[in-house]
Amino acid sequence: MSRTAGQAVVGRQIQLPLRKAFAISLESIRIRFWRSVITAGGIFLGIAFLVSVLTTSLVQQHLPGTMDAAAQAAAKNRQIWLVIMSLVVCTVGITNSMLMSVTERFKEIGTMKCLGALDIFVVELFLLESGVLGIVASFAGWLAGFGSIWLLAMGSHGWAVAGSIRIVQILTTLGIGIGTGMVLTVIATIPPAIRAAKMPPAMALRTEI
Amino acid sequence: MGANEYVVRTKELCKEFTMGDQVLRALDGVHLDVFRGEYISIMGPSGSGKSTLFNMIGGLDRPTAGSVFINDVDMAQLDAHELAYLRCRTIGYIFQTFNLIPVMTALENVTLPMVFAGVPTDDSVEKGINLLELVGLGERLHHKPSELSGGQQQRVAIARALANEPAIVLADEPTGNLDLKTGKEIILLLKHLNAEQGVTVISATHDLKMIDVSDRVVWIRDGKIERIEDRSEIELRVGELEGVEQ
Repeated sequence: MSRTAGQAVVGRQIQLPLRKAFAISLESIRIRFWRSVITAGGIFLGIAFLVSVLTTSLVQQHLPGTMDAAAQAAAKNRQIWLVIMSLVVCTVGITNSMLMSVTERFKEIGTMKCLGALDIFVVELFLLESGVLGIVASFAGWLAGFGSIWLLAMGSHGWAVAGSIRIVQILTTLGIGIGTGMVLTVIATIPPAIRAAKMPPAMALRTEI
Repeated sequence: MGANEYVVRTKELCKEFTMGDQVLRALDGVHLDVFRGEYISIMGPSGSGKSTLFNMIGGLDRPTAGSVFINDVDMAQLDAHELAYLRCRTIGYIFQTFNLIPVMTALENVTLPMVFAGVPTDDSVEKGINLLELVGLGERLHHKPSELSGGQQQRVAIARALANEPAIVLADEPTGNLDLKTGKEIILLLKHLNAEQGVTVISATHDLKMIDVSDRVVWIRDGKIERIEDRSEIELRVGELEGVEQ
């Protein structure tokens, strides 16, 4: 093996292939399984509630008109307020979970930077990890939210109402559910991840948890 | 030799830490030149500044004043990419607490720096296996750090530090968390690698066992270098623990 005799110019080539990043993130989820479940649980509940509200209004569209316009508008406003509040609560919960996750791993992050990781790799790894949790939990939340309301509608009003919901409307709720879940997850993950990534390695390694 | 004689040079290196309204001078004008290929130990009591000096040389923190030159390159002039490249390819780090990534096996830990360096997977795995065999852990490739003893974890850390054939290996209290026997093994391993592969070893430690294998010893106290001694000048006598002349 030959030693480089002394580089006057330092190279810049550092990379983290996406496949490897994915493998690391998935393994992180697997190792901290129950913490991951709790983080995912927050997303699951929020999205389940959001989708159940959307599905309820879909079902009501196909019911014979029971409320006048003003009462309907008031009911709708109440629903929107409820949904927003629940999503805020969920986001706070996810952020807390991600903050804990990041703080626990300051030493790991510092070590990776000693091995040559760029700041962006650290953010990438956390985003991949929470992104995977976000997609899985959002989909599960959609299933729970849509499924429960749809089954209720089947029970109370039969196929006439439940079956008249069009496929494209169902897919719209799926899109909104997963989209909202992903947006909230990203919003919750980025600030803690960026803060951790920017720490000088000496400070990160000094942490004792 | 000439310009390539020194692998690390520090000039008037200062580092201050502000705690509330108090300023602590951890390093106070440190001037150190490290020859290529030598084994140099930085020794001093707790709080003397040796870990801070370690962090400065390794680019893990920025000095308040003064400069560090690695291979004649001023570290302060490097941008984030170049600094990452330096940490990846030119410097290997060994820590008191081993600092292995807990979710990865020994082999994955050793190959991680090679991933950052863009080495193809097959080559990196082969090299990783060779390195782990070199440090005596050929049987433990797929064990996670939690399944390894302290000495074994440190060996993995040494193998990892050598992954990209660095010019310098920086060791911060490598034997701090190890028992006497294991500590001796690790020191001998480091010396063996220094002799065989010509990699410069800079260790910050207060383990006196390190003196025997060092080419030079730098005694540091209160952020200043007290003296630098060649190994041949040092007489080890019981009762002179801090090397203080009596």
